[in-house]
Amino acid sequence: MSNTSINRLYPYVFMAPALVIMALALLYPLGYMVYGSFRDWDPSQALGESSFVGLKNYVTLWNDPNFRESVVVTLKFALSVVTIEMIIGVGLALLLDRNLRGMSLLRTLFILPMMIAPVVVGLVWRYMYHPTVGMFNKTLKSIGLEPVDWLGQNALTSVIIADIWQWTPFIFILALAALQSLPRSALEAARIDGATGWQQIVHIKLPLMMPVLIVTCLLRLIDAFKVLEVILVMTEGGPGLSTEILALRISRTATEFRELGVAAAMSNYLLIMLLLLTICMLAYNRWMEYRTERAMRVAAEAG
Amino acid sequence: MSNTIAKRQHPGFYAIVVMLIIMAVGPIAIMLINSFKLDVDIISGTGGLIFMPTIQNYETALCDILPYELDHLDFCALKFGGAFINSLIIAIVSTALTLIIGCMAAYALVRFKFMGRDTASATTLMVRMVPPAVLLVPVFGLWNNEFCLDKSGLVGGWIRETFGGRGDVCLAGTHSGIILIYVAMNLPFVIWILQSFIVQVPRQLEEAARMDGAGPFQVFFKVVLPLIKPGLAAAAIFTFRIAWNEYLLASALSDRDTKTVPILIVNNMSEFNVEWGVIMATGMLLAIPPIIFTLFASRQIITGMTAGAVKG
Repeated sequence: MSNTSINRLYPYVFMAPALVIMALALLYPLGYMVYGSFRDWDPSQALGESSFVGLKNYVTLWNDPNFRESVVVTLKFALSVVTIEMIIGVGLALLLDRNLRGMSLLRTLFILPMMIAPVVVGLVWRYMYHPTVGMFNKTLKSIGLEPVDWLGQNALTSVIIADIWQWTPFIFILALAALQSLPRSALEAARIDGATGWQQIVHIKLPLMMPVLIVTCLLRLIDAFKVLEVILVMTEGGPGLSTEILALRISRTATEFRELGVAAAMSNYLLIMLLLLTICMLAYNRWMEYRTERAMRVAAEAG
Repeated sequence: MSNTIAKRQHPGFYAIVVMLIIMAVGPIAIMLINSFKLDVDIISGTGGLIFMPTIQNYETALCDILPYELDHLDFCALKFGGAFINSLIIAIVSTALTLIIGCMAAYALVRFKFMGRDTASATTLMVRMVPPAVLLVPVFGLWNNEFCLDKSGLVGGWIRETFGGRGDVCLAGTHSGIILIYVAMNLPFVIWILQSFIVQVPRQLEEAARMDGAGPFQVFFKVVLPLIKPGLAAAAIFTFRIAWNEYLLASALSDRDTKTVPILIVNNMSEFNVEWGVIMATGMLLAIPPIIFTLFASRQIITGMTAGAVKG
């Protein structure tokens, strides 16, 4: 009798450390942030000493053109980065999904850009974009073209290029894994029926890869909202506000302008955006599970 | 047959592969080469590979832990050695803790049916989406003001007497403060990855062990853990990578003595006159551990990356 009641406790014992740490260092801070976003809070005071201002922080932000600009920059950055990376990554995977020597070497070296520190990535690209010292402008000059003002007028594009360099491999590797786990029989049948390479891609490979591609796309989108260090090192958000994504603006509001309440409200806006994305992803997963289950049931009944 | 013998492919594909490799590695190679150049060479830009390689940049970066005096430097401004040790302590301890705790939680989520299981697993997934920037404000406030020991209290008083200092003993500015937030940040991901590996462990093995009289803890440590080693390796590398590379939260929580390497690099980049050679040497030193992991464990990294998305 006592044995079974102990057995019932085990799952909780296994879960306890993780739950305690996540409650203490993730959920409690998130709650603390929501609470702080309704207060006029600066770093020198404890949260309890600050005064309650209701929705003031949210309203101020909503009417603040700089904040809106920052939201627009974030969306522009995230959407263009994910779209371009998906196209290049999936395209390369379709192109290189064949018996090639050196593919494993390519995959190994391809992960390097995402493994090294974002700070270092920013550093290298800032050097390469440098107006006089950097290699891009040197190359342009040596072939007789006008140098480009990379981190000045074209800052957002330059930042996007750096991110594409760093993260396209992620999509390439996931797409390649998805391609290689496709059922051979379907591809074989298509080939026997005389489908051309292009037809195989459009009618068989892409539809079968779709579930993985959508999860990959959402993971990447969520990560694109987390990008901060690369941009911080390359441009520090400038020139002007042209590359100041939300994450960067939060950290500047908190550390430079010392307005923790406003920064907390801003964090909440960002969190709500991400939450919507996550819910889409979960809903999509549920729907897929439901669909496969139904298909299996139909197949079982037919068989 | 056709699978074992590679068919002859059009040379164009090999050209693409070679080009991709050059594009992926190129920027890192540029950093490596420049870290062996003097600033004069980098700026004058005689370009290419014709230059006198020097380790002077690395000497400048490591000046605080080198056993000998440097001629070209009268003052050691960059405390890289200390920051490197801080980074190592923080990354290793937080990786170890995350793995142990995450592994146990993933096991419980997969193998036991208990109340709150669905909530726990949905929360883990949701929390994974929280960006570090969102945690910045609350963590800064809590670590400085609330997660403190009163200096007149028993433990707090003991710490103040032993280590000195003034004011209440707070988590901010200590290694443990940074480690705590890194463990919490990485747990959801580790649990998610390990779940997909634990599901594959055959139940019969565990039941057989239980028949032989092993308790749940013994089953876990002696049967399950050895079988999910590849998953553990992948999770360890990803956790280490984040703890080793992270800048934002570390910069908010560290003080002069607990600075990590990324903070050092960002601080030196924001100065007006960037010393490119030295900063590239520092960047290279920071990049070396992840590069080593990638070269030796790329298979595990790729499995870990695909486990979440491809298998579901």
